[in-house]
Amino acid sequence: MTDPLFPTSAPRLALAGIHKAFGATQALRDVSLEVAAGEVHAIVGENGAGKTTLMNILGGTLAPDAGSMHLDGAPYRPHDTLDARKHGVAMIHQELSLAPHLSAWENIMLGAEPQRVGWLRRDAAKEAARAALARLGHPDFPLDRAAGSCSIAEQQILEIARALRTEPRVLIMDEPTSSLAQADVERLFAVIRQLKQRGVSVIYISHFLEEVKRIGDRFTVIKDGQTVGTGPLGEIPQSRLVRMMVGREVAELYPRRVPRSGETILRVAGLSAGPRLARADFTLAKGEILGIAGLIGAGRTELVRAVFGLDACDDGVVTLEGSPPLRTTRANWRAGLGFLSENRKEEGLMLGLSIAENTALPKMAQFGRSGWLNRGRMETAVNRWISQLGIKARDPRQPVGELSGGSQQKVALARLLEYPARLFLLDEPTRGIDVGSKAQIYELIAGLASEGRSVVLVSSYLPELFGMCDRIAVMRRGELVECRPAKDWTEATLMTAAIGSVN
Amino acid sequence: MSAKSLLAKLGPFLGLLLVIGLFSISTEVRGYFLTYANFKIILTQTVIVAIGALGMTLIIVSGGIDLSVGSSIAFTSVVGAILIQHGWPAPAVVLAVVAAGAGIGLLNGAAIAALRMMPFIITLGMLGVVRGAAKWLAANETVNYDGSVINSWMTTRDPFGWSLPAGAWVSLAAAAATAVLLRQTVFGRHVFAIGSNEATARLCGVPTRRTKILIYALGGAFFGLAGLMQLSRLRQGDPTVAVGLELDIIAAVIIGGASLSGGVGTVLGSMIGALIMAVLRNGSQQMGWPTYFQEIIIGLVIIAAVFLDRLRSK
Repeated sequence: MTDPLFPTSAPRLALAGIHKAFGATQALRDVSLEVAAGEVHAIVGENGAGKTTLMNILGGTLAPDAGSMHLDGAPYRPHDTLDARKHGVAMIHQELSLAPHLSAWENIMLGAEPQRVGWLRRDAAKEAARAALARLGHPDFPLDRAAGSCSIAEQQILEIARALRTEPRVLIMDEPTSSLAQADVERLFAVIRQLKQRGVSVIYISHFLEEVKRIGDRFTVIKDGQTVGTGPLGEIPQSRLVRMMVGREVAELYPRRVPRSGETILRVAGLSAGPRLARADFTLAKGEILGIAGLIGAGRTELVRAVFGLDACDDGVVTLEGSPPLRTTRANWRAGLGFLSENRKEEGLMLGLSIAENTALPKMAQFGRSGWLNRGRMETAVNRWISQLGIKARDPRQPVGELSGGSQQKVALARLLEYPARLFLLDEPTRGIDVGSKAQIYELIAGLASEGRSVVLVSSYLPELFGMCDRIAVMRRGELVECRPAKDWTEATLMTAAIGSVN
Repeated sequence: MSAKSLLAKLGPFLGLLLVIGLFSISTEVRGYFLTYANFKIILTQTVIVAIGALGMTLIIVSGGIDLSVGSSIAFTSVVGAILIQHGWPAPAVVLAVVAAGAGIGLLNGAAIAALRMMPFIITLGMLGVVRGAAKWLAANETVNYDGSVINSWMTTRDPFGWSLPAGAWVSLAAAAATAVLLRQTVFGRHVFAIGSNEATARLCGVPTRRTKILIYALGGAFFGLAGLMQLSRLRQGDPTVAVGLELDIIAAVIIGGASLSGGVGTVLGSMIGALIMAVLRNGSQQMGWPTYFQEIIIGLVIIAAVFLDRLRSK
């Protein structure tokens, strides 16, 4: 892609021989990367492969031990995030970094507020924020809304608007779609294409290979801190990418299973809870996997939370094997329900506490006698899950916060397995985790169903729903609108049901 | 065990050695400062803050805070003095005073759990309420009594003997019990779980409200015990005592390595934190520093301790 007018022109970004070690761990080894202007460059690799370290070096939060970086031919060595931004390298983190109490425009302009001798020029600031949002195709975004009350998709738009405020040359996006519904993903892609046209280079990190193939021009695969492959995305089959990432062939991501339906275990009738869950009716059989599809904010999370007794119900009945409705989480655990939160870090896990404690929390009293805790027994029990689920950890006492995303999610699942639950309510169980862990979790879910246990699988990722579920229910604006066997849906009919008829 | 985690465990100890070393520089002061007699005095001076810090450790580890400690100590010491006046036997007084403290904690906990309000606000309000109640109960003056066995618990009767006052033994026993409670019981681990991430605890079926009420009630019981030691030290019930003591107690817990955002903290750390506070006060007096200088030094030590803790945990 050499410009004919400037045959010697340097690439937008060039990294060579980057090394980085943390203590004894070599996080990056001789990594190189080349990105042209206006290119969308996908970086793929399993969690823990070193992608985040590389991005932090680019974004100025870490300094490399060795190696060279050039930006448009000039040496580039940022000493902090601000310096990186000054050079035109902006980053959008996987974890959104907004101030929840501040308004949309304040968040966009944070740290760069237009001022006159110390006085905030509010109108100019709002105007600049509006302009940044308009460039993203959101000219009508409510500027005065508090960021904390925006949806995750909206918050991400604010993040991108903040990055665009400084007219970046390189924009790094770390897992930008992990919390977006399909329609929002499309909107994000439109924005990326727009950025591309304006000559912005986008470094796109994602686990969703289908997406990477759609939006990316070129790719670089990182495995165990090394670049193992790079090239144009157009020609390469997905299976080869996966093989480069995991070092083995993942022939079939979704396990083959024989759908079976036993007697009904869960019956939900006329359930409503709060403003976001208006009405839901469904049943679930033993050994069945039921998918819940829908856009962000359609009430999917609210539905499983209400079933589990985490949120109060306004109306309706939940019966478990014909027994009367249960209203507290404690009672639901006892009845054999298990719930996996979509928000692993803020709700699902206690990051500062050990794997053992995170796994054993709902039934801690059983590891001991009359209130006394037998840690040895607890740790032995949890050790079994560490080896069985392939959780990469030193021992059961290691704090969960030190584990990779995939291992963290396995700890959250181990909690349900250890209890043990008979009915699994899984809210986005594979969000933001690597392909290897994903495959293991799919296998686990299929195994549960074949044992006669039941699963409700909430997911924004359609291939996952089609690959795993016996039946898929679609939610739209707080209502469960339709439930059909998975084979009776297509991606198109399902999306139509989720969006609603367009007159 | 890696060097880093060893350092993290030893951190508060090093701080204690540092302040002891600081006061041992001057040969003049060292002659008395480093004697067993003075060590006994320091231990005795630590008792009230130490027992208070035990209750506070429970509360801070759970992600809460209790600002009404000083007032609770004054209130419970007045309750004790009045009961002694009425001729109650010592064991009954002890039980009643601890129960009074637990009662205040129960109110705090119930208000925090039921009204879903921040512990800071509730206990800030209770700081005033309980202080006023103490003055009301004491008719706004000190409550005097003829004498009680309780008076002997905080005196070093024989300054050169080896025996420690009863109060020091009570603190040690209470510290051991609290450490076991936090480490070895389901309740104790629930305290950590709530402090680390309350949403997760709720999701896992931990009865968060009930546990919180229990945490504050138990903390209050410790404050009642501290009030008893306060009574023993003054030999009278004084409703105006222990003003601002909540800051010393919270500081002891924080110096001991607990995090104000919850989920982290140890009993051993808090006890050493309490000792550091007592050594600082004792040493400053021996150096002949004026009280305003002591206050400045103690303030700076708190900031330095938390800063060092952050370096350690990085």
